[in-house]
Amino acid sequence: MSSRIDVSVEQRGSGNAPSGDPGGKAGHPNTCPSCQSHYRDDELAATYGVCPQCGHHFPLRAHERVAQLADAGSFAEDDAQLRSADPLSFFDVRAYTDRLADAETTTGLGDALISGAAHIERRPCRLAVMDFAFMGGSMGSVVGEKFWRACERSASDGLPLVCVTASGGARMQEGILSLMQMPKTVCAVDMLREASCPFIPVMTHPTTAGVLASFASLGDVAISEPDALLAFTGPRVVQQTIKGEKLPEDFGLAESNYRLGHLDAIVERSGLRPYLGRLLAIFAAGSQQ
Amino acid sequence: MRDRLARVRELPLLRGVGVRDELSRLQQQIERVQAEPSEEEIWRAVELARHQDRPYTLDYVERLFDDFVELHGDRHLTDDPALVCGIGRFRSRSVALIGHQKGRDIHERSRRNFGMAFPEGYRKGMRVMELAQRHGFPLLTLVDTPGAFPGVAAEQHGQGGWIARSQIAMAQLGVPTVACVIGEGGSGGAVAIALADRVLMQANAIYSVISPEGCAAILWRDAEQAKKAAAAFRPNAANCLQLGVVDSIVQEPPGGAHEDHDAAAAMLGDALVAALTDASKIDATKRRAKRREKFRMMGVYTT
Repeated sequence: MSSRIDVSVEQRGSGNAPSGDPGGKAGHPNTCPSCQSHYRDDELAATYGVCPQCGHHFPLRAHERVAQLADAGSFAEDDAQLRSADPLSFFDVRAYTDRLADAETTTGLGDALISGAAHIERRPCRLAVMDFAFMGGSMGSVVGEKFWRACERSASDGLPLVCVTASGGARMQEGILSLMQMPKTVCAVDMLREASCPFIPVMTHPTTAGVLASFASLGDVAISEPDALLAFTGPRVVQQTIKGEKLPEDFGLAESNYRLGHLDAIVERSGLRPYLGRLLAIFAAGSQQ
Repeated sequence: MRDRLARVRELPLLRGVGVRDELSRLQQQIERVQAEPSEEEIWRAVELARHQDRPYTLDYVERLFDDFVELHGDRHLTDDPALVCGIGRFRSRSVALIGHQKGRDIHERSRRNFGMAFPEGYRKGMRVMELAQRHGFPLLTLVDTPGAFPGVAAEQHGQGGWIARSQIAMAQLGVPTVACVIGEGGSGGAVAIALADRVLMQANAIYSVISPEGCAAILWRDAEQAKKAAAAFRPNAANCLQLGVVDSIVQEPPGGAHEDHDAAAAMLGDALVAALTDASKIDATKRRAKRREKFRMMGVYTT
C-alpha cells in the first residue's frame, strides 16, 4: 500500500532541469537527452523546441507555448494576480509558502497555469497553458480557479477553450483541497458543454494523475504531442504492482494511448498551430449552422 | 508543533510573497494550529478508517435497504467487484446506489481488489447513473477505497479518462445525489463517485489527495514518515468540514463504526435521509448549476 499516485513524474529530457545531468555523459549543456546530439539555442528555437536530429520534444515554458500557438500580440492574460494561499500551513521538509515563493522567483509565474484571450490562426478563442516548471505543473486552488474562470469566460463569450496541459497531478501541499480541484475543473467543463463551447485540451509531457483524471480527459477532441507520458499512475508506481515483470516498452506514452483508443491524434509541435486552426474553423462554421 | 509555528511565522514575513494582511493571517494560522488535533489523533482516524472490521458498503445496504437488487457488469467487458452497484428501496424511496466494496477475508479481498476499482467499475457506475436519471431515482454513493487500481491493464483501459467521465456524468445528473465517505476516500478513485449535491463523511473516515504513505514517500522520501505526512495534510473529517469539502459529519458509535455495525448503520441511514431530503429541495432546473457552484467554491487563494 505504498504511493498510489506517481505525482513526482521525472521531467524527462529537460534542457533546464534543476538537478541531474541533462546533457548526459558528455556534460555539454546543449545536448539532446534522446539522441545525444548537440544543438544551438537559436536552432532549437527555430524548430519549436524540437530536436532537429531525432524529433525529441523539449519541455516548453508556458509563455513559449503561447508564443508558438497564439497569433502574434493576440494573447491578453487574465487573472495573473491570483496566488495560492496555504490552507494547511503545510510543512514537509520545507514550508509550502517557501516552495511557492521559490517557484514564483524561478519561473516568473504566479502559479502553474496562465490563461487569457487569444487568436489562433485568426480564430478567437480562450487559451490556457500549464507550466511544468512551476512545482511540476501541479494543480492546486489557483490552477483550479484559473481554469474555472477561463471556462466561465469562454461560456459567456461563446468561444472555444484550448488548454495545453503539463502536470504531475494534484498539489499535495494543499491536501484535500487539491483533490477537490478535480471535481471543480470537471464542473467547469460541464459549464462549457452546457454552453456548447468546444473544449480542446492538448496533452503534453507529462499529463498524469489528477489532471489526466479530470478536465484533460474531457475534451471534444483529444490531442497529444509525441512521446508524452499520459497516465493516471506513472510507470514507476505501476512497476511496483507487477514486481519482476517488465512494463510494456511504450507504457503510458501518447503512442500507446493512441493505439488503445484514448486519443484522436498525436500532433507534432510544428503542426500544432495549423491543426488547432483547422479544428477551430470547423467548430466556428458549425456553430453558425 | 511550536517549531513549525515559529517557522511558518517567520517565512511569509521574510519572503513577503503572495500574502495580504500578514498579521491577521498569521493570527488565524496560529489559532488554527493551536486547535489542530495531534499527530496521534489524526493517525487514529487513518487506522480506524482502514480498520478490518469497519462496515463496508454491503454491510450498510443489508441494514438500511428493505430490498436491494445488485446490478452487474459494465455492458462492455466485465464486472468489477470492487464497485457495487444496484437499485433498491431505502426508507420508502426507490434509489440507485454505487459504493466501493473491500473484502472481509483474504479471498474476498483479493476478489474485490481491496476496493480498488478498474475503469470497468466506473463504467458500471455510469450505467447505473444513467438508469437513475431515466427513472428519476435519487443516487446514493458510498466511498471507501485506497484509490483507483494502479495496474498495467487499468492504465491501458483508460483509468484516468474513466475517472474523469464518471465525474462529469455525476455533474450532469438531474436527480438528487448524496455521497458519503465511509472509510478511505482515496484520491481520484474516491472523487470519481463523489461529485454530489451533498457530500457527507463519517467521523472516523479519511478523505485525501494521496495516501499518507504515498505522500511520505514523495515529500519526505521515506514511506515510514506516513504519520508525519498525515498530520501535515490532515485527511480527518473535522478538517474536511472546516475546509468546506464536506457538508456534514456523520457520527459513529463510541470507539468507531467497527464496534457496532447496527448502530453505525442507523446513524448513517438517518444522515443519508436528511441529506437526501435536503438535496431534493433543490429546484430541478437549477440543480446542475447549483452543483457546479458548490464545487466552484472549493479552494483557497488570494486575488
